[in-house]
Amino acid sequence: MSLGRMKIGRATFWRANAFRIVACAVLLLVVGLSLAANWLAPGGYVKQYREAADSAPSRQHWLGTDDIGRDRFARVLYGTRISLLLAPAAAFLSTLMAALIGGMAGYLGGSWARVAMALTDLCLSLPWLFLLITVRALMPLNVSPMVSVLATFLILGMLGWTSAARVLCASAGSLRDSDFVCQARASGIRGARLFWVHVLPNLKPVLYAQFWISIPAFILAEANLGILGLGVAEPMPSWGSLLKELEGLVSVGEEPWKFVPLVLLVVVVTSFQFVLSKQEELAA
Amino acid sequence: MQIMRKKSIAPLVLSLAVIVVGLSLSVTAAAQGELRFCLRSEPKTFDPLKVEDDASMVIRYLTGGVLVRLNRQTQVLEPELAQSWKVSKDGRQITFKLRSGVSFSDGTPFSSEDVAYTVQQLMDPALHSATGDAFRSGPGNVETKIISPTQITITFPALVAGLDRQFDQVPMLSAHSPKKEMAVLGPFVVADYKAGATVLLKRNSNYWKTDAQGLRLPYLDSIRLDIQPNRDVEMLRFKRGEIDLINSLDSEYFDKLAATSPQFVHDAGPSLDSEQMWFNQVARAPLPQYKKNWFRSANFRHAISEAINREDLSRVVFRGHAQPAVGPVSPANKFWFNSKLQPEAYSPDAALKALQGDGFRLENGTLKDKDGNEVVFSIITNSGNKSRERMATMIQEDLQKIGIHVNVVTLDFPSLIERMTQSFDYEAILLGLTNVGLDPSEQMNVWLSSSENHQWNPSEKAPETAWEAEIDRLMRAQAASADAKKRKESFDRVQEIALEQAPFIYLVNRNALSAVSASVHGASPVILVPQTYWNVDQLSVK
Repeated sequence: MSLGRMKIGRATFWRANAFRIVACAVLLLVVGLSLAANWLAPGGYVKQYREAADSAPSRQHWLGTDDIGRDRFARVLYGTRISLLLAPAAAFLSTLMAALIGGMAGYLGGSWARVAMALTDLCLSLPWLFLLITVRALMPLNVSPMVSVLATFLILGMLGWTSAARVLCASAGSLRDSDFVCQARASGIRGARLFWVHVLPNLKPVLYAQFWISIPAFILAEANLGILGLGVAEPMPSWGSLLKELEGLVSVGEEPWKFVPLVLLVVVVTSFQFVLSKQEELAA
Repeated sequence: MQIMRKKSIAPLVLSLAVIVVGLSLSVTAAAQGELRFCLRSEPKTFDPLKVEDDASMVIRYLTGGVLVRLNRQTQVLEPELAQSWKVSKDGRQITFKLRSGVSFSDGTPFSSEDVAYTVQQLMDPALHSATGDAFRSGPGNVETKIISPTQITITFPALVAGLDRQFDQVPMLSAHSPKKEMAVLGPFVVADYKAGATVLLKRNSNYWKTDAQGLRLPYLDSIRLDIQPNRDVEMLRFKRGEIDLINSLDSEYFDKLAATSPQFVHDAGPSLDSEQMWFNQVARAPLPQYKKNWFRSANFRHAISEAINREDLSRVVFRGHAQPAVGPVSPANKFWFNSKLQPEAYSPDAALKALQGDGFRLENGTLKDKDGNEVVFSIITNSGNKSRERMATMIQEDLQKIGIHVNVVTLDFPSLIERMTQSFDYEAILLGLTNVGLDPSEQMNVWLSSSENHQWNPSEKAPETAWEAEIDRLMRAQAASADAKKRKESFDRVQEIALEQAPFIYLVNRNALSAVSASVHGASPVILVPQTYWNVDQLSVK
């Protein structure tokens, strides 16, 4: 009887979480493959096989080579590593800033909230394109590709907090007047302790949701930043630089293997969305 | 008798009428088809004297009538509205003998008064004409003397190098037509313009030229120019048959099109355009002194040049549709190219040896100068230009072989120009140069050390090096001479110095690639602009 109940329970669990489990498995697989890039593509992402530039898939180059002869499979793996590891890091930074600014503003309320939201509105209304050009102008030109990668995602993290801050401010504001917070106040809990112990844990679902939303957004933003000289510098690959190969509309149908980075991006972003939908359910 | 006469005249009148109608039918039958192609930007003006942008230049070429025209195929100057011309020995004066019986598109007759009017308008300082700048060789006014309705003499205050060739860019305006600059002498007239969409040109029924059979040119009825900045869309439209030609094609698209429709594509060989890189040699640039020392060393620049594999750049980036570049003049420029010069041979070993001679040493795969500074520099290029981004990445790997670490930075064009011309906050730049004209005088603004466009070290108060002083002297000498042989000697030497000193490291000369539909008859693509429709009055579409 208990075994049967357990079987029914497992079946229900798998049915209810099938998509989420598959999404998690896909994400784990992609991350695993990217971390194993050194073994799977020992030739590396830099070496230019100039005699075989822009070649079709072969035994030596599973996804062919790019325009200057670099192994596309290696570049996809290493690019995945960069985009998938640094985009969450940038998302973490932006969510943390949103939690501090938006969460504190909502919790404190009054003029604090007004000032913080005015600051957020100001940031939202800034012409970011011009601001990023200025940021590029302030940065030294002679930075190594690794520094350029870190700088790119740091900038994304520091600029991407504004929308999340508004959501968190509203959520923290509603928590501030909730019964359990009033009860905690009545019990003598005040200030930072009240925020850390009672408010912040209840903001976690919103924070998770904001975190997951930011990751695909930052992956795509990195691709666009290349135009301003702020993206991941050559020869380092990223999904952004790999997606640039698809700019030529004419070539799309003739060389389907060039779609792999795009397919990977869609699969990963979709997987994030399935994971995210569960987080949203939790948040609700 | 009278009745008899009437009877005998009627068939004669009838037969004459048949002949006239027949003739007119044969003339109209010659006019055939609409040519369609894309402009890559909005034309900024229809006034031929104010033209600065590429799209306006296209309209000017198709509508403007000029006194002389450089044959884009033979590179020889040919008579157009001027039957003949003579340049004085001092190179300041030119006398034109004009064709008679020529009319503007609105019927206004053309005479030497119109030439005088055009020249006065062109040289009016208030107009700020870029075309007119080519004639401003010294202070003073331009004088025009009308000798007869078909003869005029124009005198400039100082020698104008290649004076007659400069008139290839000057369409004649009407001094009397109420339509002003819209009255033209070229094969087509602007009939309709929809901003952001199309420019429609119609056949100029008053165009003066006829073909060998005496039929009035142009053959085409009209030309439809669609404004389309996206090259991918332009290519798709060509493949669908919605446009008839692509004047300038990327090597990538060229190969793709050649694979499916080889009869449509044309590789006319090396063009006048070059791709080059240069180091910042500006004394006040915000760079460490040791880097300035590297960049100002001809030995260092030469070694970098030797370490770059130009053959690979041509073969990989341009898929074989480019040639290793030698210097400021492409081999396509038949007269002015110094044929004694050869492109720098690729030799990383020789480059390393030359650097070691200057105190550089290779330690654990990294090149260091005599003070122990690692040789690291950045190359900027404009973002969005795939060819340049690829070239920079290949140079990065080439230089890595001699221990030099290069950081490739792509910047939006305004930021790049700001660094290049205002802040001088850069180390090396990779860009291209588009040459439209053949004459070396058109490169004066690049080679004179006092010029703002002397990119590696602009606006020098006095030449900072002996070789720059020598180039200044030679460029002035060639510009001040009307003797083509002497000019060539001077400019040959400039090319030699440019190769020895490597202020610009010339990389490749791109080939002139184009695509022309099989429906276009009479097309013969060449390397000079406009590559595909230079003989537009003899093209037809069936």
